[in-house]
Amino acid sequence: MRSKPVQLAIAVVLLVGVGVLVAVFTLALALLGEPGDDVTVLTVGKIVIALFALLTLVTTLGMSLVWLERKQLGRMQGRVGPTRVGPFGLLQVVADGIKLLMKEDVSPGSSSKAIFYVAPLLVFVPSFVVWLTIPIGRDLVVRSLDLGVFFFIAVSVLSIVGLILAGWSSNSKYAILGGFRSAAQLVSYEIPLILGVLSVVMVADSMRFTDIVDAQASVPYLALLPLAFAVFFISGLAEVGRTPFDIYFAESEVVGGPFVEYSGAHWAIFFLAEYVNTFLVAALGALLFLGGWTWPFGELEQYPAVALFLGKTYFLAVVIFWVRATLPRLRIDQLMNVGWKMLIPLGFVSVILVAVQRFYGWPTWTLTLMSVAVLGAAAFVQLRLQRSDAVATAERYAQHAVAVQPSRSRPAPESQQA
Amino acid sequence: MTTEQTYETVDMMLNMGPQHPATHGVFRMVLTVDGEHVVDVTPHIGYLHRGSEKLAENETYGQVITLFDRLDYVANLNNELIFCRAAERLMGIDPPERGQYIRVILAELNRLASHLLFIGTYAIDLGAMTPIMYGFRERERIQNLFESVTGARMMHNFIRIGGVKEDVPPDFVPRVRALADDVQRGVEEIDRLLTFNEVFLARTRGVGVIDVPTALSCGLTGPGLRASGVAYDVRKDYPHEVYPYLSYKVPVGENGDCWDRYYMRVLECYESLSMVRQCLDQMEEGPVMAQMRRIARPPKGEVYVHGENPRGDIGVFLVSDGTDKPYRVKVRPPSFCNLVALRPMMRDAYIADAVAILGSLDIVLGEVDR
Repeated sequence: MRSKPVQLAIAVVLLVGVGVLVAVFTLALALLGEPGDDVTVLTVGKIVIALFALLTLVTTLGMSLVWLERKQLGRMQGRVGPTRVGPFGLLQVVADGIKLLMKEDVSPGSSSKAIFYVAPLLVFVPSFVVWLTIPIGRDLVVRSLDLGVFFFIAVSVLSIVGLILAGWSSNSKYAILGGFRSAAQLVSYEIPLILGVLSVVMVADSMRFTDIVDAQASVPYLALLPLAFAVFFISGLAEVGRTPFDIYFAESEVVGGPFVEYSGAHWAIFFLAEYVNTFLVAALGALLFLGGWTWPFGELEQYPAVALFLGKTYFLAVVIFWVRATLPRLRIDQLMNVGWKMLIPLGFVSVILVAVQRFYGWPTWTLTLMSVAVLGAAAFVQLRLQRSDAVATAERYAQHAVAVQPSRSRPAPESQQA
Repeated sequence: MTTEQTYETVDMMLNMGPQHPATHGVFRMVLTVDGEHVVDVTPHIGYLHRGSEKLAENETYGQVITLFDRLDYVANLNNELIFCRAAERLMGIDPPERGQYIRVILAELNRLASHLLFIGTYAIDLGAMTPIMYGFRERERIQNLFESVTGARMMHNFIRIGGVKEDVPPDFVPRVRALADDVQRGVEEIDRLLTFNEVFLARTRGVGVIDVPTALSCGLTGPGLRASGVAYDVRKDYPHEVYPYLSYKVPVGENGDCWDRYYMRVLECYESLSMVRQCLDQMEEGPVMAQMRRIARPPKGEVYVHGENPRGDIGVFLVSDGTDKPYRVKVRPPSFCNLVALRPMMRDAYIADAVAILGSLDIVLGEVDR
């Protein structure tokens, strides 16, 4: 182990590295010019540069989540997490990455080779293309699309194809089961996700991320739309397959699902995409509901604003990992029930509430009130009733246990029993 | 006009194990699945068969204990105890009281360790990854105690025919008291985290239900049978060792589902802790080993002795031909008999339930295959 100051120095260097990546991205964007310019070969080239800078940044941040998750889970489980590679185990992710890249890339003999090797890319590409329109600061966005939210939804759905193809081409039963599961799960949960986002879009009156964030300068939408946030966050967990919705690669059931036959670099791509997606859901939650880079105490400079946004994103990521440390996994039919019988109706209720509020021009606090009422009722019905039944059963068991009283006199020695 | 086309579908054979992470060792079950529904299940065992029963015929009585260590390798001391009791019954000797108290304390602590492992791995089966860390933390305390008492963490070979190998260390009583308090806190912590967790309830309540007649006809014993509502506990029904001196409760369930089987074990953890504390209160100084010949040589005869293992009713049928080696050792392993109930439990199950049901049976393959 190195000495403490050296470790701290490396940690600082890593932190500065992220800052440098943000700066490079800013510079690349400055080269870009205004949206609406004629698309020429030159602008395309600049977009490529900006995207490359963004991808590096997003990859780094996604990988930071791996470290964060391992560290946080460790602490929550009475362990310490990675400590050996780099300060506080920060470089563990890098070491793991190198290990994965150097591993032999095995594929099943009976697999469809072409599809097998393309599938990881089909999962990987959408989760990165989405970042084209997701701002990490007021002007820090490659292309601020008018239909940014729509673009995000349309593109992120595509990763389902990759998962199904991965499951099918592996020619393995666990993989195909995982592929089916992922199709069912991702298609089902896309709807409540959209409904949650739609509520925000209706309140903000825009599909452009920067507009949505600016509209939250005084009050973040979490305060107005707790119901929509709950729907969005839960279905977001399902979209990226985090516990309790990690059904399609459930380790103890389908042993990794679509990924079961992958190894080495191809598996690393799935892994990276998973964490970039997690980061994406956290970032979207921060943008759409927590006010992104704004806060109610006035306007911030660019870099503090980026830091604020990242802080909110990491906070949501911590919540996601916290859920993972706490909850078991749902079963596939229960997953469908939660999606179709719970989240989709709630999502529609949320949209209708917003519509009614907007139509009659009621003050915004009525929205909060209605949302909280619906959310509370739903949570009570879904969670507490079942639990109270179990608690009553447990109390009955504790009372009905057969009590054995000690006998004062010793029974006949065992040697004399028949 | 519509053209109706019928598609022929065939059920898929899904081979779970012997290297599947949820089969707890080298168990293999071949599931016939229709989509996510389990239509049929065929268990395959024998991957860990070592011929323990046959091997025992070539070992002296003292040496057979080491083979019993390796049957249910999660509850070694309970296994040692059952063989030693069988041999003692055959020889007509009674271990001194202190020896019996030490045996019961160790056996109950080992039951705790085994149940903690079950709770942790069961949570892993259902996708919760934290309880196993808490469970292992507490189990580690127990293992450390075992190490200081017996010199080994797993294969203790500490309980001997006629008592125990040697007296416990001088700080044993205060140490076990502190340990019991620590473990009590740990069990309560896991209990709070997992037992009434909504997702956990959804996954286990009403899953893998087995009624009393089926359970009895399958030979289900232990927490699995008690969860269905039969108050059968060998410690209660066939008093032995110093169990009659202790006051304890035998938790009994009603529904016979996975949650009941889990909860029975949680309640048993508390009962075991209480039994350990009572033993510490009652234990007096004295010899730990009966006066007997150096080499056990039981008279000609046969005996069947059974006891309550963490997994259920373990029985040993021991035949002696008067030499220093047993003529025949037959074990009734609770895990093996509980496994018979797997198929009736699997009715209307999903693939995920198959894992939950198998986990709730808490099999140990060392004991199933012997």
